[in-house]
Amino acid sequence: MNNKITQNLYLLPYALWIVLFVIAPLLLVLYYSFFDIEGHFSLMNYMNFFTPVYMKMAFSSFWYAFLITFISLIFAYPTAYLLTKTRHKQLWLLLIIVPSWINLLLKAYAFLGIFGTKGIANSFLEAIGVGSKQILFTDFSFIFVSVYIFIPFMILPIFNSLNEMNPSLLDAANDLGASKWTTFRRVIFPLTINGVKSGCQVVFIPALSLFMLTRLIAGNRVITLGTAIEQHFLVTRDWGMGSTIAVFLIIIMFLIMSVTGNRKRGV
Amino acid sequence: MDNKINPMSRIFLALIFLILYAPIFFLVFYSFNSGGTMYGFKSFTLDWYKELFQDSRLLIIVMNTLVIALLSSLFATIIGVFGALGIHSMKKRQTKNTLLSLNNVLIVSPDVIIGASFLILFTMAGIKLGMFSVLLSHIAFSIPIVVLMVLPKLSEMSPTLIDAARDLGASRWNVLAKVVLPYITPGIFAGFFMALTYSLDDFAVTFFVTGNGFTTLSVEIYSLARRGISLNVNALSTLLFLFTLVLVVVYYFISQRNKPNGWGVNK
Repeated sequence: MNNKITQNLYLLPYALWIVLFVIAPLLLVLYYSFFDIEGHFSLMNYMNFFTPVYMKMAFSSFWYAFLITFISLIFAYPTAYLLTKTRHKQLWLLLIIVPSWINLLLKAYAFLGIFGTKGIANSFLEAIGVGSKQILFTDFSFIFVSVYIFIPFMILPIFNSLNEMNPSLLDAANDLGASKWTTFRRVIFPLTINGVKSGCQVVFIPALSLFMLTRLIAGNRVITLGTAIEQHFLVTRDWGMGSTIAVFLIIIMFLIMSVTGNRKRGV
Repeated sequence: MDNKINPMSRIFLALIFLILYAPIFFLVFYSFNSGGTMYGFKSFTLDWYKELFQDSRLLIIVMNTLVIALLSSLFATIIGVFGALGIHSMKKRQTKNTLLSLNNVLIVSPDVIIGASFLILFTMAGIKLGMFSVLLSHIAFSIPIVVLMVLPKLSEMSPTLIDAARDLGASRWNVLAKVVLPYITPGIFAGFFMALTYSLDDFAVTFFVTGNGFTTLSVEIYSLARRGISLNVNALSTLLFLFTLVLVVVYYFISQRNKPNGWGVNK
């Protein structure tokens, strides 16, 4: 009996946290999404959301997030694969992770200098004879910087799942006469699909809701759902509309989690 | 094993590392430029560092950021450890899984959603935006990370240890303080450090819940970067980079100690 009470007692702060900071905020966002800017109950926000303006924004947001995730994956997979082949692989992995611990804002700020009109990227383009170009405030710079920021988070889970793989499986595939490509397609990739999934999850969801990079690097040319939420909450103070977009993002988030969510199964 | 890597792959890996680190060293390099821009290196100077240390406003912001980071990770660690103990002691699988999913909501939610929903929460609760609201939100989003770092340690611990302690007449409190806590200490430290880096790195959530009077480093860098380039920021980022390196080294040693070393009490 005494057991039960102590158990509940030390759970109390944690339980409070769940109620106040996990459940309540989600409910509040849902609640606010039913109020228009004057504070009247209405479904206007939802009707607004399904107009071409917001649909186009949602669509482009998805498109950018997809591109960012896809490009990260293309570069992250071989990197993770090669890392598992190095000596001192844990040390190399740590070196991949270190840049992700540098303040995000500082990295974005560095690219302001690198991609600037007189920046090092343009000097390079001039040196090879292409000539100076507008790089900052373009789709290219936005996607490049986003991939730069997210790629460590993609490499890490893929590295872990590659690392867990039993190497004798590769020998078996080899002995049975599989080519390198077949081995990759039929053995390595299926066994590491969980790492790929969780990598995609940790990149795609934040990429949908970026707002700082769109302002600094894309110069407001790219409007993502995240930018729209920030705009509604902090600039136009239309919390209702902002919450509606947030509700939409939360639904997407749960959908993605259920698609990529993986129960661990034995091999 | 090293001979498995062919020269092409070596070049690929080298390029990835180059791209990952180039922006950081770029910032560091230009922090010594007397020219005042991030192109055309004029001559070596330490003026930006001097200016940085005379800028009392910025120094106060740095102090704010550190205080918030330390306090929030301390509180988050305490609440998180008890949360993890609670989740671990749950008998029913269903309750455990529900708690774990609730725990993970704040980890997978995009920062914008966390920021916006906390903004609504604080406004509804009548909490003035400022240091206190920032501290509360940092504690809130750090708790689940601590839980996730501590839980594996708990499930790794053999239940016979607790039975033995109980058989030898230890009280519940003694079991916790003398057996369980020492065993999971590496997990607790790892959680604390993760919380610390999350807090130091956070921009989006702070951006939403901070009022006019209170700023952290990330928010300040954002507003500086929107105004353009000033090499103070470069000097600051050099110092932060060094600070991060120190954290990484500390974290590395902790995780080394964290490696399974049989069972028994550490130290």
